[in-house]
Amino acid sequence: MAEHWHRRLLEGNSGLFAALTTVAISIGGLVEIVPMFTVGNGHEADMPAPYTPLEVAGRDIYVREGCYTCHSQMVRPFRDETLRYGEWSHAAEYSWDRPFQLGSRRIGPDLHRIGGKYPDSWHYEHMKDPRSTSPGSIMPPYDWLLTDKISPADVRQSLVALRVVGTPYTDEEVDQTEASLKAQAQPIVDRMASTGIVAEWDDEIIAMTAYLQRLGTDRPKGNVAAGGEE
Amino acid sequence: MSATAPADPQVVYDDAITKKFTVATIFWAIAAMSIGAWLAFELAYWPANLGVPELTFGRLRPVHTNGVIFAFTGNFVFAGIYYSLQRLLKVRMWSDFLSNFHFWGWQGLLTAAVITLPLGMTQGKEYAETIWPIDIAIAVFFLAFAGNFAMTIVNRKVKHLYVAIWFYISFVITIPVLHVVNNLVIPANLWRSYPVYSGMTDALVQWWYGHNAVGFLLTTPILGLMYYFLPRAANRPVYSYRLSIVHFWALVFLYIWAGPHHLLYSALPDWAQTVGMVFSIMLLAPSWGGMLNGLLTLRGAWDKVRTDPILKFMAVAVSFYGMSTFEGPMMSIRAVSALSHYTNWVVGHVHSGALGWVGMMGFGVLYWLVPRLWNRDLWSWGLADAHFWMSTIGVVLYTVSMWGAGLTEGLMWRAIDADGQLQYPVFVDIVAQMAPFYWTRLIGGLIYVTGVYIMAFNVAMTVFSMPEKSETPQPAPAK
Repeated sequence: MAEHWHRRLLEGNSGLFAALTTVAISIGGLVEIVPMFTVGNGHEADMPAPYTPLEVAGRDIYVREGCYTCHSQMVRPFRDETLRYGEWSHAAEYSWDRPFQLGSRRIGPDLHRIGGKYPDSWHYEHMKDPRSTSPGSIMPPYDWLLTDKISPADVRQSLVALRVVGTPYTDEEVDQTEASLKAQAQPIVDRMASTGIVAEWDDEIIAMTAYLQRLGTDRPKGNVAAGGEE
Repeated sequence: MSATAPADPQVVYDDAITKKFTVATIFWAIAAMSIGAWLAFELAYWPANLGVPELTFGRLRPVHTNGVIFAFTGNFVFAGIYYSLQRLLKVRMWSDFLSNFHFWGWQGLLTAAVITLPLGMTQGKEYAETIWPIDIAIAVFFLAFAGNFAMTIVNRKVKHLYVAIWFYISFVITIPVLHVVNNLVIPANLWRSYPVYSGMTDALVQWWYGHNAVGFLLTTPILGLMYYFLPRAANRPVYSYRLSIVHFWALVFLYIWAGPHHLLYSALPDWAQTVGMVFSIMLLAPSWGGMLNGLLTLRGAWDKVRTDPILKFMAVAVSFYGMSTFEGPMMSIRAVSALSHYTNWVVGHVHSGALGWVGMMGFGVLYWLVPRLWNRDLWSWGLADAHFWMSTIGVVLYTVSMWGAGLTEGLMWRAIDADGQLQYPVFVDIVAQMAPFYWTRLIGGLIYVTGVYIMAFNVAMTVFSMPEKSETPQPAPAK
């Protein structure tokens, strides 16, 4: 029997074999990923405002604690999910998400529509003792968020890096990081104070609360039909 | 290329490097899987988070996942490749320096990951959590391996590349591509960075990476090792050469498209979701091609499969490969994903692949390698057999409990009552239903990881207390 063509042409020629393998593993990725750079993140008109410095700080904490290992941020277009969480998620809402935090597991509930669902004080109590607000929860307490501090210099570094990758922060916004942090934090501190909670503007819980309250409040108004259900 | 030169009988293979990676495989198996069991405990009993930030589920889970993928599987794959590549090509590794540079660099970056991840230094993308300095180290040390691998092939004394090497080549080429593209970031400081992609683009790049880490680290190199070690353990030739050609090219071409099945019903453009789903379903064919070629290689050796723990491990591993690669395409169908996505079912699916396929193939190969590398009889084949049964029972308990958990929560999430309202509107009520499944999973995981401890003990006893066999030239018995 004649030598098989595969043996004759490829198995003795490692360079050609490697080249063909490279071609084979490249096509799918190129076809799927390249178009995303033009259309993937939804309509430009629907892009929300970038995260504020305080929300950036809160989001960094969300990523640091690995919240995505238990919580998704993606409401699917199903009746039960829109009833449970609210309107389904749109691509444009994720425009400034670096890294994306869609998650892959719902050990706890989806968080994409958590913003505005509870008062600020709820988030404070929940992080301090999850079972005080959600009896039966299996989430561990995150009480260090109540005492650990955000650092304006740190947040500034984040803004600079985010600007490099494309979030349009102005020089003024970067220079005024600390003032911006304080300006957004103080009303949250005040609202918490009205329920007897003593917090300071640079406590991590304040940044975390600001981020969670922002989440999912950027539903596009232009190109996508609004409404909580299908 | 000296392809026609006669094999040099004096060639001395570098088995010291295989020994190092073998020991590292066992060490990281214990570490990564023990942490996995602890995480299972945390889900069953939340106070096990201990109030320590570094030990909370959110920070510890990446240590487990990256540990199993890059530490246990990575070291296992490297051990198997260093051993088999030299023998298939009848030549020593091109550079001993690069082999050792690769080994120590890899263990160093794994150690760095184990330290930084619990400290909350993370990129926040699954299986790509390690921070950018570690990512650069991964690229450097993997490319050192790749260069050594390529030069060894160039210097080979055997003209034709055996099927195992095709699969190794796909691994060596694809992993750097995936790793570099998915980890393109701009640093804010030494431990924090932001990806150049945002939103759904970042999500697609991530799952293109994530699914193909499964494809080209947990699948193709393991298939290559199957093609080397399984015929040797069974003393049977590979069942079908043609099937190996067809399933190799189909697998490497189709796998890369399947990532979007992680994003079904998300805000990813519909066409990308559909393409991902269709290619995932097609992936069933080449996956089962590999499974059938492995299982049918055992034709005529089934009597040995009944008695030899190595073949038992390999036969069950290949069976789990077939099971997982059937389940995966099914879960990629939109209507099934609607139920299974975000549930424990996915966790069960991953573990039937990781514990059933990768783990059991790894243990089979280790029990084959250790007596040969150290030139000793295994201390106890009875314990190896016990390990086999513990692995099998452990993974079955794990998988079945997670099916139950996933179906339960998936169905409860979507249950609508007669009035059109949620039947279970309070999320924690559904969480409470997970408890018995979480405990069962923990028991399964503990049985599985106890088997690994037994293997480590057996290997240690082999290395330290068994006499070296006499066939090889021995120095004078002066000690």
